[in-house]
Amino acid sequence: MTIASANPEILSELDRPNSYIGKTVPRPNLERLMQGRGLYVSDMELPRMGHLVFLRSPHAHARIADIDTVAAKQLPGVIAVVTGKELAPVITPWVGVLSHLKGLKSAAQHAIAIDRVCWQGEAVAAIVATSRAVAEDAAEIVRVEYEELEAVTDMRTALDPATPVIHPSLGDNLAFERNLDAGEVDTAFAGSDEVVEADFIFGRHTGVTLEPRSVLADWNAAEARLTIYQGTQAPHMVQNIAALHLGLGESQVRVVCKDVGGSFGIKVHIYADEMATYALSKLLRRPIKFVADRVESFNTDIHARDHRCWGRIGVGRDGIITAFEIDDLTGIGPYSMYPRTSAIEANQVVNLVGGPYVTRNYRARARVVFQNKNVMCQYRAVGHPIACSVTEGLVDLAAAKIGMDPVEIRRRNLIADNAYPCASPSGLRFELLSHHAAMNKLMTMMDYDALRAEQAELRARKVHRGIGIASFIEVTNPSAAFYGVGGARISSQDGVAVRLDAQGSVICQTSITEQGQGSESLTAQIVGSVLGVSMERVRIILGDTDNTPYGGGTWASRGAGIGGEAALQAAKILRRNILDVAAAILQSSPNELDLAGNAIVNASDGSPRMELRELARIAYFRPDTLPPGIQPELMATRHFVPREYPFAFTNGVQASWLEVDTDTGFVKLLRHWVVEDCGTMINPQLVDEQIRGGVVQGLGAALLEKCIYDERGQLTNANMADYLVPMSGEMPDIDVGHVVSPTSETELGAKGAGEAGTAGAAAAVANAVNDALRPFGAVITEIPLTPRVILTALGRI
Amino acid sequence: MKAAAFAYARATSVVNALELLGTHGDKAKVLSGGQSLMPAMNLRLTSPELIVDIGELAELRGIAVTGSIVRIGALTRHVDVLKSPEIAANAPLLTEAIAHVAHPAVRNRGTIGGNLAHADPASELPACMVALNATIVVRGQAGERRVAAEEFFKGIYATDLSAQELLVGVELPVASTNSSYFFHEFARRQGDYAIAGLAAQAIVEKDIFTKLRLVFFAVGDRPLLARAATKLINVSLTPEVLAAAMIVLGEELDPQDDHQASASMRRHLAKVLLARGASALLCRPDLNAGGRA
Ligand SMILES: Cc1cc2nc3c(=O)[nH]c(=O)nc-3n(C[C@H](O)[C@H](O)[C@H](O)COP(=O)(O)OP(=O)(O)OC[C@H]3O[C@@H](n4cnc5c(N)ncnc54)[C@H](O)[C@@H]3O)c2cc1C
Repeated sequence: MTIASANPEILSELDRPNSYIGKTVPRPNLERLMQGRGLYVSDMELPRMGHLVFLRSPHAHARIADIDTVAAKQLPGVIAVVTGKELAPVITPWVGVLSHLKGLKSAAQHAIAIDRVCWQGEAVAAIVATSRAVAEDAAEIVRVEYEELEAVTDMRTALDPATPVIHPSLGDNLAFERNLDAGEVDTAFAGSDEVVEADFIFGRHTGVTLEPRSVLADWNAAEARLTIYQGTQAPHMVQNIAALHLGLGESQVRVVCKDVGGSFGIKVHIYADEMATYALSKLLRRPIKFVADRVESFNTDIHARDHRCWGRIGVGRDGIITAFEIDDLTGIGPYSMYPRTSAIEANQVVNLVGGPYVTRNYRARARVVFQNKNVMCQYRAVGHPIACSVTEGLVDLAAAKIGMDPVEIRRRNLIADNAYPCASPSGLRFELLSHHAAMNKLMTMMDYDALRAEQAELRARKVHRGIGIASFIEVTNPSAAFYGVGGARISSQDGVAVRLDAQGSVICQTSITEQGQGSESLTAQIVGSVLGVSMERVRIILGDTDNTPYGGGTWASRGAGIGGEAALQAAKILRRNILDVAAAILQSSPNELDLAGNAIVNASDGSPRMELRELARIAYFRPDTLPPGIQPELMATRHFVPREYPFAFTNGVQASWLEVDTDTGFVKLLRHWVVEDCGTMINPQLVDEQIRGGVVQGLGAALLEKCIYDERGQLTNANMADYLVPMSGEMPDIDVGHVVSPTSETELGAKGAGEAGTAGAAAAVANAVNDALRPFGAVITEIPLTPRVILTALGRI
Repeated sequence: MKAAAFAYARATSVVNALELLGTHGDKAKVLSGGQSLMPAMNLRLTSPELIVDIGELAELRGIAVTGSIVRIGALTRHVDVLKSPEIAANAPLLTEAIAHVAHPAVRNRGTIGGNLAHADPASELPACMVALNATIVVRGQAGERRVAAEEFFKGIYATDLSAQELLVGVELPVASTNSSYFFHEFARRQGDYAIAGLAAQAIVEKDIFTKLRLVFFAVGDRPLLARAATKLINVSLTPEVLAAAMIVLGEELDPQDDHQASASMRRHLAKVLLARGASALLCRPDLNAGGRA
């Protein structure tokens, strides 16, 4: 482990002259997007395109007795009205399970409900018309007769014998259960000086991407080929699933992903309405476009985080943590999502609780139940905010119980920086983490002691401020262990192809995707650095199953670590190939030459020998002048997947400084700090902005965001006025610091950074609120921490 | 989320607008800034047959001070009120309050007339009108009528306006030089509608309120001119007096429950606002006991 910018004398592949790696450079796609020349699915118009609107169930649980589409079909401009029954012959149903999540069960889900709806918002009919407005008019006159069924909404009673079973064929409402018992938990608790427990409650929330889910499916009957334009994080996964359920070969499906307006994990799943869109294009033999509106986004984009988790911690008077135990319960809606399943979040909670700490004693149970609400699945930092809030909440409770400073108790329990490699009680393997270095850096950045003094001084004046600390670990760079081993055709490897064009520029095709995080930039930075080519001469192509290597895409903080490594290795091969040709032309040896400044240079002194464009001219147009036997190969491809470690863990620590108005329950965020360790940073600004964006999503969870359901399963705040996303006015300055421990599994050394911010932000805020409220003896373990929750805890209302 | 089809007419004069409204009645809707009407139409919460766009009627736009009256035309946009030196000088409460109305993009389009006609009980502006003792000027085909702000707001999205009438402007008395004001609201995010708010206008002489209008908003179906204020006038304010006023306030409020706050929480927050308002207007930090009576 090194602190950033230490050891500058060791020159590696990443520190070449004029390297872009480690530098903040503007994203190559910025200009295009800023000038409004991005291309999103909703911008696209194809000849004969139909606009698709879904009629959605107003009930959480009901039998569909009858659907009358006659009047709607007669409305001018309506192309078709299609029910679930009518669509079923075109597309097969699916079951969202994976074999490595033992015991996970779910029921068959159809693209459009056939005889029963299981959540408010499930589609019951598709209306295709010449415009969205006409389709909405028609939707208003489709008559559906429902027989309402009892809705299962409370996860706490979902398993009670008196509660109806949503899918009778499954026997009960339990989708998944996992139990873990490591070390000597009972003995450890028995021997603890103090044992503290609490119930942690997490609000259901959702991703709220700026651009809603959008798909344009174009079945070309003449070619027997389907082109899907979709804002997705995983084009090859979409290709596989669409082909599978439409009865096509994968070569008959092309997925094109142009610009995407935010994903956060929302767009890494296969949704029923998207499947219906593919199927309708095939059925109606024309392009069909579906763009979710905001209300249906709230009702159908996956939700996440609806957990209730009991936890307890044992601690000695010396501050040593003896054991953790948790019992987690989560309700995932009526189906396990496809194809990644809805058991992953609970599974992650079990994996991650206690992760930063030394204790070997850990017991966990997680249960995942069905309910008649919208589906839940993986959203940015899957499981991490739950695990981190429970762990860090318990650590703070333990510290308060024994009267120890929250930083001190962490220092006594965090895994030592020289203890790696090691593994957690749940079996996670850590290659190299830096908890103590990160904590030390955080203390300096926030001037912890001065802040504590300020807090005490203000408290005397009845101003109630709090400091909250949260250490965390983050899963990044997943290998096949995540999905592949469970039977899902979701690739964990990525590929990059680079080629020199005839004027010495570079074209690079990568299987990772771009949704705003800077995949294009980091790929161009790596390729430009290795090839000594300036970034504006590197063109990145992504998001097209016809035109990129096969790969996983961008999710689970994997783009830089996996796709970046593939880019590095592909560029290295191309460099070798270029230097072979250069050596032949210059009558030199490849070892004596290098690439820099868009030219072939002497390796020894960097003096230019030949422009790269000149080499390309010779290679492509005058190969006759090359010595015999020299065939230039100016294109190279490499793939990469991590093999040694199932995941590259990262770590970090966050801190929140805030003020609670104890008369009103309002919380004012004053400052937020993050120190993180994602290994090699390719573009520090992109890392910082990933962290900040992630923190903001975590702050939203901490204070604002919640999907509010009533007891009948109605989502009551499905709009931007009532579902409160974090906005800039309430956001504090977020200071980001780094410790750099590269992974040695790759030459690049990059781990992921996409989810670290979200992982720990809510935990830091909750701990800070409780710190502020300590004089009042109130402890709150529920988020979002709304004024109502705080006033209630203070006994003021 | 597309509006149902509707007919559209761009009014060429106030008379023309009134003719259209006279003919179509409640099948028509006036369009001003569109910041409340268009979202409601897109959500199909309302589907008027005819939109009467009054956007071109320059005569309804602008701020003028004549003698002791400030007149604001109905089509005056929030941003123009916010930036107006006449308003800042003569009705500073409004300048402060309107900064809390939505976000710049909405303030650039939304109008004061549209806001008052819309009569959202959580809106800042109706409360300010009541606090400032404004007169709402309404025109129908039969002519003009003038309604005291206190009488104008009738309930949630309900006003004294009929479907055939146009709100053409408001008139505010110029604030007297010895008056002071207080505005505060509790909203979850900047620009959101308030959970509870207070717009107050006062005259303080020798640390005593001689006049005090306390108007609470977002705590009932319309702005509430609180009787509790009478408890604070012409007395030397002590915590006990404040406590008595809070009890009166608690009794006269009838707040609603919603996602953000229960009725009891709104009552509590209104009391906090009362304490903070009185404390700020009298420059007496000791009175700010946070709603604890
Ligand atoms: C995101 C967002 C946040 C907002 N936050 C706030 C807030 O915090 N506080 C707040 O007060 N408001 C808020 N608003 C509403 C905003 O202030 C609107 O501008 C205002 O409510 C309506 O004004 P308008 O000119 O846009 O009216 P329109 O939307 O054009 O019309 C509103 C209604 O009034 C009627 N109407 C309009 N003009 C007249 C007239 N002259 N005579 C008779 N009837 C008329 C219309 O027929 C319609 O029924 C918000 C709006 C948005 C979109």
